[in-house]
Amino acid sequence: MTGAQIILECLKKEGVSVVFGYPGATIAPFYDALTGDDRVKHVLVRQEQNAGHAASGYSRASGKVGVCCTTSGPGATNLITALATAYMDSIPMVALTGQVRSDLLGRDVFQEADTTGACEPFTKHSYLVKDTQELPTIMKEAFHIASTGRPGPVLIDLPQDTLEREYEGDFIYPDKVDIIGYKPRTQGHPLQMKRAIEAIANAERPVICAGGGVVSAKARKELIHFAEKLNIPVVSTLMGVGMMPTEHPLYMGMLGTHGVYAANYAIHHADLIIICGARVGDRAMAKAGQIAQKAQIIHIDIDPAEIGKNMTAHIPIVGDIGIVLKKLVDGSEEAEHKDWVDFLTQKKEEHTPVFTSRDGYVDPRNFMRTLSEIVSKRSKAILVADVGENQIWSANNFAFRGGRFLTSGGLGTMGYSLGAALGAKLAKPERQVIAVCGDGSFQMMMCELATLVQHNIPVKVVIMENNRLGMVRELQDKLYGGRYSGIMLDGSPDFVTLASAYGISAEMIDDDKDVPNAIDRMLSSENPYVLVCHVAADIPSRQED
Amino acid sequence: MRHTITVLVQNHYGVLSKVSGLIARRGFNIESLAVGITDDPEISRMTIVVDCDDSGIEQVEKQLNKLIPTIKVRVLEQGSYIERELTMLKVSCTAKNRAEIMNLADIMHARIVDVAASSMTLELTDTTARTEHFISLMRPFGIKELVRTGISAIESSAASAKKN
Repeated sequence: MTGAQIILECLKKEGVSVVFGYPGATIAPFYDALTGDDRVKHVLVRQEQNAGHAASGYSRASGKVGVCCTTSGPGATNLITALATAYMDSIPMVALTGQVRSDLLGRDVFQEADTTGACEPFTKHSYLVKDTQELPTIMKEAFHIASTGRPGPVLIDLPQDTLEREYEGDFIYPDKVDIIGYKPRTQGHPLQMKRAIEAIANAERPVICAGGGVVSAKARKELIHFAEKLNIPVVSTLMGVGMMPTEHPLYMGMLGTHGVYAANYAIHHADLIIICGARVGDRAMAKAGQIAQKAQIIHIDIDPAEIGKNMTAHIPIVGDIGIVLKKLVDGSEEAEHKDWVDFLTQKKEEHTPVFTSRDGYVDPRNFMRTLSEIVSKRSKAILVADVGENQIWSANNFAFRGGRFLTSGGLGTMGYSLGAALGAKLAKPERQVIAVCGDGSFQMMMCELATLVQHNIPVKVVIMENNRLGMVRELQDKLYGGRYSGIMLDGSPDFVTLASAYGISAEMIDDDKDVPNAIDRMLSSENPYVLVCHVAADIPSRQED
Repeated sequence: MRHTITVLVQNHYGVLSKVSGLIARRGFNIESLAVGITDDPEISRMTIVVDCDDSGIEQVEKQLNKLIPTIKVRVLEQGSYIERELTMLKVSCTAKNRAEIMNLADIMHARIVDVAASSMTLELTDTTARTEHFISLMRPFGIKELVRTGISAIESSAASAKKN
């Protein structure tokens, strides 16, 4: 077997059934190996970045490691944004990149780039494989590193000769890895656990802040159980949206700059904050220092480096969120916190906004509410939001009842949603997968409509069209005296016509009354679908003024 | 503030750039970095001196620990370790002051490793503080060239016994 065939065998051993990619000269031996086996399906995207986003979406929806592959040079550099996106959001992925022959490395030959060097800050680990014999061990390690501890993308850079060379001896896939310096801690330190249980028992106004770590740890049930047994209100970061059911009485919404009043109120008035798998980014808690002075902080994270990085932690717990929460539940007595919960519930109700319809426009917030109503009657949907106002409208108004919310929370990568959605749909074909984007982000990725058609991936695309870069407009309103600069999207195509050029059904709506029927038509279609919502330019991302 | 970190890493190509890149990317300045293999040829030890505050050094330690090739990271406490660096210094000399330089070298336990008509090369292995003192003593004679390796550090037996 050649090195390329060895890689294919390793992928099969890892249970990989789909690879998202784009071929080229140096990765050609791997593409040749793919022809001999139909158990690993290749999905050709239209630009390498979207192969990475598709692998990310596949990974997030399936809970498995997503795989993408590109050629050397521009193929690999195009992939970098997707790697950085996955790295910031801790998504387990393995990226295979072609590389020039190892005897030509460093000579600036055609399509050569220092891929491992360029990707160093954006990968959990990377390999440049010069010896074909090392491939089974490296593949095993890569999948292990990507999916354990704090997950993240792992890059394997493959010189063409490594792929072409014959592997000597029988192929045996290692059944375990032994990386001397890599042993993630999962259990939580017993002393800190004891301190946490005491602090929780003594707290009068506790609040749980659920982040993306809850998703990574697959700890949704443990989170709900913990909150319910102790009657602790829950707020979530953008990455944690969807873990606590939106309509749960203990859920107070998303916190932060773009969050809701009740959630921010809870954080600022709590006497104990239990942070579960969140890095306390500036968009979630702008004044983390002040908050930590008023409240005691329990910070639970699988990554020790997150604890104390952006916020002081009085009780640090390094461990798997699911395991730690279960131990905290088992160690704690039931509690009420009735006054505190009632008070926050009242704040939540007082600040539930009502959006009034305007002639000639669809209100995107009403749209998201209606969409969640209709879709939840059919299946546990996967909602993929892009970046911009559409992301905030989605996070704050779509009610999750067991479905999933995928978005680029950390890096904020515009053009994430379509790639991620097509990956998610291949992972969960039985679920509705809806990508929501703006007309700005859509135009960064619209080439992928062809991928939907080619591989018959029935993703539903909602475009919030207001002919401008709305989030930047808000920023220019707030900080630059309303002097708009570079935000108009004049020249954009008619998206309905564009979709039909790809043979995709599409329609445009500009009236709130048309929303339910349009959503019905979109969800009933068994094919890809594009729904364009004409949105007024001045609808803010913020939920309340 | 100066902090001394010792890091055990797997002896692979690319590891040095991962370590130094990580520290630089997080905005900290490396004052010195020395690497060499240990008694196990698969493992190298790095001694890194970084200038940053206490919360900074905690982040550096934790982030270094996250690198896959990292085996062990230890931030050495002041007074708990022995440090040495090698310095080679080429100083101008004349027939008149040669004896004076030799005398100072002798007092500071520096060795003379090369002599020419108008210069001498001295070698000193000592702590950073004494090295700097030695350099300041030599400066009036005219330093032509100066090479420092940066420090290597090892925990003192008393300090490691206390930990274990």
